[in-house]
Amino acid sequence: MPENNTVAVTSLEKKFGNFTAVNRINFEVSGGEIFGFLGPNGAGKSTTIRMLCGIISPTSGSGKVGGFDIIKEQGKIKQNIGYMSQRFSLYDDLTVEENIDFYSGIYRVPKDEKQARKEKIIGLAGLEAFRHRLTSTLSGGWKQRLALGCAIIHKPKIIFLDEPTSGVDPITRNNFWAIIKDMARNGITVFVTTHYMDEAENCGRMALIYKGSIIAMGTPEEMKTKIMKNTVLDIRVAKGEDWLDKIETLKGVEEAALFGVSIHAVVKDERAAIDAIKDIFKRSGLKDYKVTKIKATLEDVFVSLIEDYDKEHDESKKS
Amino acid sequence: MFERIFSILKKEFLQIFRDPRMRSIIFLSPLIQVMIFGYAATMDIDHVPTAVYDLDNTKQSRDLLREFSYSKYFEFKYYLSSLEELRDVIDRSKVFGVIKFDRGFARDVIGNKSAELQLILDGTDSNAASIILGYAGQIVGNYNYRALKERARALVGNEISSIPMVDLRDRRWFNENLESKNYYLPGVISLIVTLMSLLLTSMAIVREKEIGTMEQLVVSPITPFELILGKLTPFAIIALMQVTLITIVGVLWFHIPIRGSLVLLFFSTLVYLLTSLGIGLFISTISATQQEAMMSVFLYNFPSILLSGFAYPIADMPKVIQYVTLFNPLRYYLVIVRSIFLKGIGIYYLWQPILILFVMGLTIITLSSLRFRKSLG
Repeated sequence: MPENNTVAVTSLEKKFGNFTAVNRINFEVSGGEIFGFLGPNGAGKSTTIRMLCGIISPTSGSGKVGGFDIIKEQGKIKQNIGYMSQRFSLYDDLTVEENIDFYSGIYRVPKDEKQARKEKIIGLAGLEAFRHRLTSTLSGGWKQRLALGCAIIHKPKIIFLDEPTSGVDPITRNNFWAIIKDMARNGITVFVTTHYMDEAENCGRMALIYKGSIIAMGTPEEMKTKIMKNTVLDIRVAKGEDWLDKIETLKGVEEAALFGVSIHAVVKDERAAIDAIKDIFKRSGLKDYKVTKIKATLEDVFVSLIEDYDKEHDESKKS
Repeated sequence: MFERIFSILKKEFLQIFRDPRMRSIIFLSPLIQVMIFGYAATMDIDHVPTAVYDLDNTKQSRDLLREFSYSKYFEFKYYLSSLEELRDVIDRSKVFGVIKFDRGFARDVIGNKSAELQLILDGTDSNAASIILGYAGQIVGNYNYRALKERARALVGNEISSIPMVDLRDRRWFNENLESKNYYLPGVISLIVTLMSLLLTSMAIVREKEIGTMEQLVVSPITPFELILGKLTPFAIIALMQVTLITIVGVLWFHIPIRGSLVLLFFSTLVYLLTSLGIGLFISTISATQQEAMMSVFLYNFPSILLSGFAYPIADMPKVIQYVTLFNPLRYYLVIVRSIFLKGIGIYYLWQPILILFVMGLTIITLSSLRFRKSLG
């Protein structure tokens, strides 16, 4: 079966009354890929995941997860996917082992494999010394890895991670992503939502969803080059915070923000903007400054994509 | 299917019995209620604190007073000498009643007039007051009978053995000495079973919603049916354990008679659990937090007890309310439990309430399950 670890949806739509939560989206995820599903809160990420996992049915459109129809074969989908949410769905009043045993029973892991898989998860989460500890006494990173372990106890081919790293420290997040990448190398398809833009770099491909629509899709590199129409300028100047307002209100500057010691400005027309910025510095007699074009970060890309989208839709509403 | 249900069942038991608060709620609260209803909440009325205000102070009045004090029902606490005192002892609830003889009582008894004896009762507790009134009537009745006998002997001139009169011989079946603990303790079973199954079921389900594990279960291949069965069975088992506990304490400690079949008691409890677990399930679908669930449980529980006949007889309620009680499952279960304990009657007499409970339970649990399934999406 070539498609047993792929995801594909065609004009998938979900309406709640008059509100369109997901607006006819299309995408494909191939086997073993880490696919990032990004977007601000309320953009439709969770609704999409819920449709893919067979919890709710779409209003229209179709989709397949692991080769199973998301409308007709929800039961089979559930048996073949793993799911982990930001809430780490563990029972705090059960021990590490009891949590694993519980999910192992729910997914009906074959009896002769139960012990081996349990050991593997305990190893993966690094919980050898804490197997009889109550889950409530574990720190966030351990809980996160234990939750991931419980979500893959039945060896799913596709795993859905809904904001899996929120509320965890950066080192733990890196560890976590190492595990995720390892899983992908072993052929498991990973569908992940996050709002940490630096994390999105870990994805093979990603889609940006905003107000129910996918407004961009591609590899991180494509996002930063082809899809990003604007340029990011790095402006190094003393007392950057004093200049921020002036630069932000310049014509041709879409957005400006403090970024460490410098200001990052997203601009439409590179040459015109550089001239305008140099001009205000010159007029106040400042000489010690530096304006350079830099590569956009994913965050820059998303922010300008979302602003472009909002502008476009505001204009289309007015006309 | 059984593996999944069993997993949930095992998990529920681990969680319940690991929590010391839960353990004490499950085992201690039935015991406390049994103790309260066995010892404290007795409706038996005797040794009523009474005051005497005897303005007549004659042999006749003292004779009648002696009748009162010989009975175990009245206990004289005060002898009053003025009306102010009389008002005072009642107002301060020092006594529950005052026996008052007016001047001329003896004269009237000896003469051919009806003598008057006044009994002043604190009517705040109307129930107790009417019971005491009954006792007083009995005592005065006996006194009259003897007075009549004496009068007749004086007329006829020699001893007469009896005057033909209707003599009421009452026999109290099932609870011979009308002990209220016999009536209330079996009732406690129904209260505990109701409260616990409602509370534990709804809280256990809502808690999973709160901590987010419900979301995880919904994504798993477990079906709503398996989930419901796995969630309700532990609380049914706990309810049966509590029935056993209360029965053991009631019978061995408080000497409550258990005349009927224990098998029937457990069977009808299981049937009743369909309704209460079903309502618990329903409450879990309308509550987002455990506090909300608890509020809903109490909102249901209090009217259900008041309209069950646990403390106030249904026959005394207004007709409209009596019809309302027909929809109260607790009403039927209470009848069944009391009948099994006190009357010792079997399925031959009890099939009707059991059948009603079964139909009610099936309806409630089906509707709740459907609602529960919808709420998961």
